[in-house]
Amino acid sequence: MARWTPFIVGAVVALAAALLLARFVSNEYFFFAGYVVLQFIVLATAWNILGGYAGYVNFGSGAFFAAGAYTAVALIKGFAAPLLVQIAAAALVSGLMGFAVGAMTLRLRGIFFSIATVAVAVICETVVFNWGFVGGARGATVLQPEAPALFASYTRLLFVLMALLAVLAVVLARYIETSWIGRGLQAIRDNEEAAESVGVPTLKLKLFAATASGALMGIAGAPFPLYMSFIEPTSAFSLNYAVSALAMPIIGGTASWAGPVIGAVLLGSVQQIVTVTLSSELNVLVLGVLLVAFVIAAPEGILGLYRRVAGKAGSK
Amino acid sequence: MSFELLGEAIVAGVLLGCFYAAVSVGLSVAFGLLDVPQIAHPAFLVLGAYGAYWLGGFGLDPLLAGVLLTPVFFLAGLAVYRFYHATFERRGTDAGLRGLAFFFGVAFIVEVMLILSFGVDQRMVEAAYIGKSIAVGDLRLPLRMLVAFGVALILTIGLSLYLSGTFTGRAIKAVAQDQTALALMGADPVRVKQWAFGIATGTCALAGALLIIVAPVEPGLGRLYIGRTFCVAVLAGLGSMPGTLVAGIILGIAESIVLTSLGASWAPAVAFGLLLLVLAVRPAGLFGR
Amino acid sequence: MNSPCRGVPAMFAAIVAALSVFALAVGAHAQTKTPIRIGLSIAQTGPLSGAGKSGLVALQIWRDDVNAGGGLLGRQVELVVYDDQSNPSMTPGIYSKLLDVDKVDLVVAPYATNPTAPIMPLVKQRDLLLIGNFALDVNAQIRHDKYFNNQPWASARDSAAPFLGLCKKVGAKTIAILAADAEFAQNLAGGVRAGLKEAGLDSVYDQNYPPNTVEFSSMVRAIRARNPDVVFVASYPSDSTAIIRSVNEIGIGNSVKLFGGGMVGLQYASIMESLGSALNGVVNYNTWAPEKTMDFPGIKDFLVRYQAKAKQANVDPLGFYLPPFDYAIGQILTQAVTATQSLDHKVLAKYIREHEIKTIVGTIRYGPTGEWANPRIVYVQFRDIADKNLDQFRNAGKQVIVAPDAFKTGEVSAFNQVRR
Repeated sequence: MARWTPFIVGAVVALAAALLLARFVSNEYFFFAGYVVLQFIVLATAWNILGGYAGYVNFGSGAFFAAGAYTAVALIKGFAAPLLVQIAAAALVSGLMGFAVGAMTLRLRGIFFSIATVAVAVICETVVFNWGFVGGARGATVLQPEAPALFASYTRLLFVLMALLAVLAVVLARYIETSWIGRGLQAIRDNEEAAESVGVPTLKLKLFAATASGALMGIAGAPFPLYMSFIEPTSAFSLNYAVSALAMPIIGGTASWAGPVIGAVLLGSVQQIVTVTLSSELNVLVLGVLLVAFVIAAPEGILGLYRRVAGKAGSK
Repeated sequence: MSFELLGEAIVAGVLLGCFYAAVSVGLSVAFGLLDVPQIAHPAFLVLGAYGAYWLGGFGLDPLLAGVLLTPVFFLAGLAVYRFYHATFERRGTDAGLRGLAFFFGVAFIVEVMLILSFGVDQRMVEAAYIGKSIAVGDLRLPLRMLVAFGVALILTIGLSLYLSGTFTGRAIKAVAQDQTALALMGADPVRVKQWAFGIATGTCALAGALLIIVAPVEPGLGRLYIGRTFCVAVLAGLGSMPGTLVAGIILGIAESIVLTSLGASWAPAVAFGLLLLVLAVRPAGLFGR
Repeated sequence: MNSPCRGVPAMFAAIVAALSVFALAVGAHAQTKTPIRIGLSIAQTGPLSGAGKSGLVALQIWRDDVNAGGGLLGRQVELVVYDDQSNPSMTPGIYSKLLDVDKVDLVVAPYATNPTAPIMPLVKQRDLLLIGNFALDVNAQIRHDKYFNNQPWASARDSAAPFLGLCKKVGAKTIAILAADAEFAQNLAGGVRAGLKEAGLDSVYDQNYPPNTVEFSSMVRAIRARNPDVVFVASYPSDSTAIIRSVNEIGIGNSVKLFGGGMVGLQYASIMESLGSALNGVVNYNTWAPEKTMDFPGIKDFLVRYQAKAKQANVDPLGFYLPPFDYAIGQILTQAVTATQSLDHKVLAKYIREHEIKTIVGTIRYGPTGEWANPRIVYVQFRDIADKNLDQFRNAGKQVIVAPDAFKTGEVSAFNQVRR
């Protein structure tokens, strides 16, 4: 039975740290970049629920993320809805998409499933291209409202919000991992036919994992239009999100909730620093090279390396 | 849409479709016959296109450039497969995800290297047959599409004959069906697969040249072709060369009709929509084994 | 069995530490300096770079002129420039960086409408002065009071009016509209669509296409099947090139009397040279042409200086389109800063709104939304263009100005007559 106390303490500390940073760091760009890193924590954790735990590789993460973002845009333009409503709606829409994708696993395994997720992503993107209400291919601009009293700017508010969402995502992931759901998913990942034959409710578990994964990605996307003040389909549905959401857990380690967090913080920070100091192409190159390197040399990710080292030291 | 316009769209679609078949034939071999999750195939196509562009800078005709680069790509394919096999295929269940992630990473790296070498601007080639069209009755058919059509036919039919006619070709088909049996017959399945992957990568040189003949290229173009190539490869029925041609033509006609009637905003969804349809209804494809 | 909780507090501490280090690193990067820093992004790669690079050269000429004369407010001027790759999604990040990391004093907008639209909310939120650089109608919704666009367009309706006038002249009754689904093209096409009734035109085809479309033959065929009198196209450089080539390849049909209108890119020297005779008969907008009605004071001298520098820098050798206006942007800033002796955005904005600015592209007055009070866009028709010849464009007669009447140097010829 997993102990929750140290974990909860850690989560509260992280949130407090986020609030303090929002209060005392003066450089606005820090929040602009930090938001992206936190967003990737959510995306990577979400991806890992279906990809790492259950073994179904989703290449269409961009679509779930963008679905959340565009749901938020539609609500802003149509009803001037508050942020929390946008997030809830985004979770619903992306969760439904996740459910549909989970249903696809009935027929499709392995690479076919992955290609199908790319197909879903492109079709969503094309639908958005043709949806004039949210700006279509031209994109839509969204004005940030005034920041409430506690925060110097709206971006800081979003930063703290994203920290909260990251913590929630990780809590959910840890819960799944340490419960019977996680064990069932692991059985599916190791050998789906065998799992079915011993009575594991594979379909229900896969649907749950896919829905949870999709909903979390949608939640990560919901504040995005307000953060950027601008959204357009090509960058919102970008393959970069799909690859980052996949690379970060692989680099961090897919076996546990900690892997995506490590991967997201490390890779996300490196990406932001490279973008500011060098160029955005090199950013993508770093991603590709690290992904390939880890996949070849350290398949268990950083977590795996840490365990090997710690295990060697501990077993003495 | 008038009958005449529909007719034009269909003819254009057939030409386009054969071009799609040509760019997908390598994937039919690598993914269809060898089960390698070669998601970097479109990236290699774009690499071939830039190869033709670069050699075009020395005055070479793009088709000639494509032919010249084929052995280079073939050797590269041999090396990539050797590495892939040693690192992933031998290691067991988890290798599926990692192999896929590996090729994805490779595709990204290829794209970025192209951006760093050539920039994000569109590149095109000049040739006598680009920019002109010939009139057939009321239709005006662009020469570049006819050239792509011709080369595509040669490529697919040639590969089809190779696979069914030569010893190595039949060995490749055999290794797709039953590796152990092949090993018992005295052929090394790994070397056969390596050879086949080399051929699959080799086609990317010529198919890439076709890519830049048909339209200008830019480094991110591979992303658009993931859908088209996989759609054709899956619709064909994995590993069938005649199937690839037929599937390509079906896709080409579908895209052409959508382009003409609904306009370009729905075109990207055609390939993927068709792919999803095939996966839902008949995953084995048209001519599947 | 290892509990997954072991090392958790350490992990959280490490994450917080990493974020803090990151914050310090970003903070350290931003310093204050004594030169006046002007920040902008401009397309140095990507489809818009044909003009973007030339605009940058013009700004650099201005910077050197100012610094040679002692600078602004006694301080040297420094340009902080990033490449936005003609990509609208890059500009919000770049301008955040310019403001918060590089800490620039003044900002100029990116070249062109599409990359400018995304930064309007940011600029309004921070209440900044922004000098627009060839952006069409980006302020119409947002209504930021410190935005001043430097381009001769005025509103989309004003800009579409001369083209619609030409439609009347050739006796057109039907029109086909093909527009990219992007800010500039939609704004301009919107201007045309709004004026159709008044011009007595019937729309027989009206399609948008996504910005990265490369294949236009299906659309050209579909347009041809409708036999329109006029084809209005609003496109960006890569699509413009593809469309002209496609029309040249498979033909647009014998009914078309007027073709073109709002195609960006047909003003770039490199594109004009590579399209060559495929341009003949096309009517398109331009900001300046070497015709006798456009010989403004100061412009010929500037072009001579620009062309010398352009040769070295390997950019647009003619410099007719963007460079004079980018030099003028510099002149706007010089005049406002020198007259008010201030870098305060509110003060500068007030000055620019209330005064006339003298530049090499004429005397500028601004209207309420930050556009030129009096538009000066012209429509030219390409005549007698030969292939692979850049120097032919230096002379009058290749881009005959056909509208508006104030600048006309020739009568428009029907497209189907010129392309027989």
